[in-house]
Amino acid sequence: MELKTPLYPRHLSAGGKMVTFAGYLLPVQYTSIIAEHQAVRTAAGLFDVSHMGEFLIEGPSAQEALDRILTNTVAGLADGRIRYSPMCYPSGGTVDDLLVYRLSSQRFLLVVNAACREKDFQHMREYLVDGATLTDVSDHYAQLALQGPASVEILSKLTERQNIPSRYYSFTEKALVAGKNCLISRTGYTGEDGFELYCAPEDACHLWDAIMEAGQDFGLLPCGLGARDTLRLEAGMPLYGHELSSSISPLECGLHFAVKLDKEQDFPGKAALLQPQKRVRVGLKVTGRGIARENCEVYLNGEKVGFTTSGTHAPYLGYPIAMAYLKNGDYPIGTVVEVDVRGRRVEAEITPLPFYRKAQ
Amino acid sequence: MNNPANLSYTKSHEWLEELDNDTVRIGLTDFAQESLGDIVFVNLPQVGDEVVAGESLGDVESVKAVSDIYSPVTGVVRAVNEELMDAPELINQNPYEAWLVEVEHVTERVETLSAEAYELFCQGEE
Repeated sequence: MELKTPLYPRHLSAGGKMVTFAGYLLPVQYTSIIAEHQAVRTAAGLFDVSHMGEFLIEGPSAQEALDRILTNTVAGLADGRIRYSPMCYPSGGTVDDLLVYRLSSQRFLLVVNAACREKDFQHMREYLVDGATLTDVSDHYAQLALQGPASVEILSKLTERQNIPSRYYSFTEKALVAGKNCLISRTGYTGEDGFELYCAPEDACHLWDAIMEAGQDFGLLPCGLGARDTLRLEAGMPLYGHELSSSISPLECGLHFAVKLDKEQDFPGKAALLQPQKRVRVGLKVTGRGIARENCEVYLNGEKVGFTTSGTHAPYLGYPIAMAYLKNGDYPIGTVVEVDVRGRRVEAEITPLPFYRKAQ
Repeated sequence: MNNPANLSYTKSHEWLEELDNDTVRIGLTDFAQESLGDIVFVNLPQVGDEVVAGESLGDVESVKAVSDIYSPVTGVVRAVNEELMDAPELINQNPYEAWLVEVEHVTERVETLSAEAYELFCQGEE
């Protein structure tokens, strides 16, 4: 039986085309993936991301526990700041990628992928040190993502300026937004400026309505999972189950900035990650006629060198793009490869990641 | 739904317009374009290619997914709507104007429905 997020009634009334994702009924789109995608690039979009999982890790050893589980460093993170980290199996393959919010020196909020929630919890419990407790608090939170260049102005209509975190990857733990308690986080999964708002499930519909109304004059659109995927793809962001998996390491994915092999603590996967990696993640711009999607074979000079993990028509860029894993080697920008798109060889070229970067 | 009465329809959501003798024009229905979402690419056969009733004649890609287009008839492609190569979104905008191909020397056909029967069929698909 599918789960519903607290915003389910809003999706129906807004005409959302509902699909099941990670066990939840969520809208893939309301009107058009392209229109929703463009709204986020040029104005703003509002997403229901309540399916995401949230854990609390608390206690005098909370930070030490995280540093013994995650590939990134949590020591040194200040209150009100956020860090991205993969989490690995001893093999070096990836359990999940997540966000760590430092609420205080002994209290951290973790935000994990919905589909990974249970195995993450088991994995973390297995490696948890004494002096730290782990709690799954996912059902206590709804989450809305307000993304796009107009996000700051829209949010400013609903909360006091001082509540709006000024730096990317920082947050305000307790803020009133449209009269409701929220954690305001300056983060997102779209490649744009924006916020993720965590609130009590019973406040989610009120917040949704207030944000939609505040955003009306700015061109704010409700956005579904379809646009969420095309936006993150253009921004070159990995998606667990595609660019990251139990058989793909974060180093193969190019996430070196979030893998601290020189930190003092040992963590699952450290030894494996110190070894040479087998593959490399690349961006592909499809120059032939066709759209490469996931699991298409990639050929270089007739030899199979890898496979795609995600691909689509990039709405803002206006051409098809894909991400792929190729066996170790040197692939200069502009290298021409071929992608097998359902039996047809379609030309593509190696292109820098991210495909899209917002203007500074 | 606004399915023109002069066309006939397949259960795989193509429409058929009878032209002169043994020639038909084929397109995608409003239901098909609505289900697919934003169409960004169409892969069509070439003039002179043979198509077979009930088999794929090409495919159409939306942002979300790729779908086969099934030929409602067996025959030879007489014309291809080249306009769709650069503007596949025309199918979303006006599915009954944005035809895909014209097929001549039609021999076999799949079972088709009237506009009225097709509407009923679509209600069952939703």
